Amino acid sequence: MESVCSINNFVQCLLNLGIAPDLAQFINILLGVVLVAIVPLVTVIMLIYIERKVAARVQDRIGPNRVGPYGLLQSVADAVKLLTKEDITPLGADKFIYNLAPIIAFASVILVWAVIPFTPLHVGADLSIGVLYFMAVSSIGTVKVVVAGWSSNNKYALLGAFRTIAQLLSYEVPLVLALLIPVMLAGTMSMQGITIAQQGMWFIVMAPVAAVIFFIANLAEAGRAPFDLIEAESEIIAGYNIEYSGFKFGMFMAAEFIHAFTIAVLAAVIFLGGWSGPFVHEVPVLGFIYLGIKTFIIYLFSLVLRSTVPRVRIDQLMAFNWKFLVPISIINVLMTAFLLQVVRALGLAPDPAQATDFVANLPQAVILLLGNLVVIGIVLTMIRNTGRRQRLEDEARHAAALERELERVSAPAGD
Amino acid sequence: MAVLNEWAFIGVFFAIAWVVPVLPIVGARLFAPRKPNPLKQSTYECGVETVGDTWVQFKVQYYIYGLIFLVFDVEIVLLFPWALAYNQLDFFGFMAGFLFIFLLADALIYAWRKGALEWV
Repeated sequence: MESVCSINNFVQCLLNLGIAPDLAQFINILLGVVLVAIVPLVTVIMLIYIERKVAARVQDRIGPNRVGPYGLLQSVADAVKLLTKEDITPLGADKFIYNLAPIIAFASVILVWAVIPFTPLHVGADLSIGVLYFMAVSSIGTVKVVVAGWSSNNKYALLGAFRTIAQLLSYEVPLVLALLIPVMLAGTMSMQGITIAQQGMWFIVMAPVAAVIFFIANLAEAGRAPFDLIEAESEIIAGYNIEYSGFKFGMFMAAEFIHAFTIAVLAAVIFLGGWSGPFVHEVPVLGFIYLGIKTFIIYLFSLVLRSTVPRVRIDQLMAFNWKFLVPISIINVLMTAFLLQVVRALGLAPDPAQATDFVANLPQAVILLLGNLVVIGIVLTMIRNTGRRQRLEDEARHAAALERELERVSAPAGD
Repeated sequence: MAVLNEWAFIGVFFAIAWVVPVLPIVGARLFAPRKPNPLKQSTYECGVETVGDTWVQFKVQYYIYGLIFLVFDVEIVLLFPWALAYNQLDFFGFMAGFLFIFLLADALIYAWRKGALEWV
């Protein structure tokens, strides 16, 4: 064994130092946890800066540029400011769960990072049920809304919480339905396994509809624009976290930013091949960089979306989910299942030995892609027809109203 | 052993994930001023004094979404094993899953026609 200590042979290294095997194992796990937990914590400082800069660019502003070079230390200054702000607890609040809510919010987001594979070798915990773990942990996020809204003893917080729960619950359905497709294609629920299954062909090629649904539903779960009804200032002042101040409020905000980044990572892992890229097996660290690049492309897309799309109304939000996303998700699952049967019947499925070969995956991918395109085409046609019908109805109604108005005005008055 | 290690990691992660947000919140107590007064601690409603009790029985008219969600979530969890073993399933397995999803869609159509999906 070499005397060089690195993250890959850390346990062996500790054993060489004469530490008991159990303790060495524990230290190894602890170090891994801290490393994995630090990744989102460090990035969130940077993310807030990037988010404000991008939003400023879209709105033709400069953005933060005073604190530090190019305003890079703005987020640090904000954190220090939040740290020195008075922490107000409203009278009549349920103190214990009032204090618990921001902790739940933060923990529920950060826990997802345990199953993210960073490189072929480095993954926090390669659970065999990684996808299920992600769903379970991210559902804890719903609890924070109930807890925060109820305990604040504020009517707007409570109203906002009720509304938010409806949103979070609803969008979990298409999210999970979309996750069925990668599981079906990869034949495993481990995140590392899903990444490895994409060595030959990224799942976004085979299942673009699922990828888009996954992205949209995750945006709604994270409460990002255009689904940021969670904190609709103009309607319910600020939603469930209205009464929070100081660093407890900071925790809610940090959790939201990390959540937005987490969904980008998940989309990259599940649909864009995660760490896979050229030379990744020779130099595993490259995987980290590939994953970072893919994540940032998705993240930047969500930022641009945030600053260009207006907030939807609550009834539109629910209708969009239940009458659009869920039916399409169901059709998508059926279509993929059927096409996989067809692929197998035709013998076009890639041989397990050649699973990482691009050409071997091509026939299957093309068939699935065509199926997806057909679904997209049908959906777009339906949207166009519905939109046209509604527009015609609106125009007819307006014309009728105008006619009545004209009649009323032109009618001889005064008798 | 390896499997157990993965779950040990999750266990330690759970502990750390709760500690990380507690630290700055407790740390803020060292720096933040604490001068509570009744006006400051009153319920915030943009300056208007709050009327009545907050914790009343509130009729959530859209509770039906919760019920539909429950149906879907349970059924979807049952669908995951099917998707997981999909590559090993024969045509019968495919048809079983198909029927199951069809029932799921049927429930959705029923709720839709009943007007349960309208926001009230």
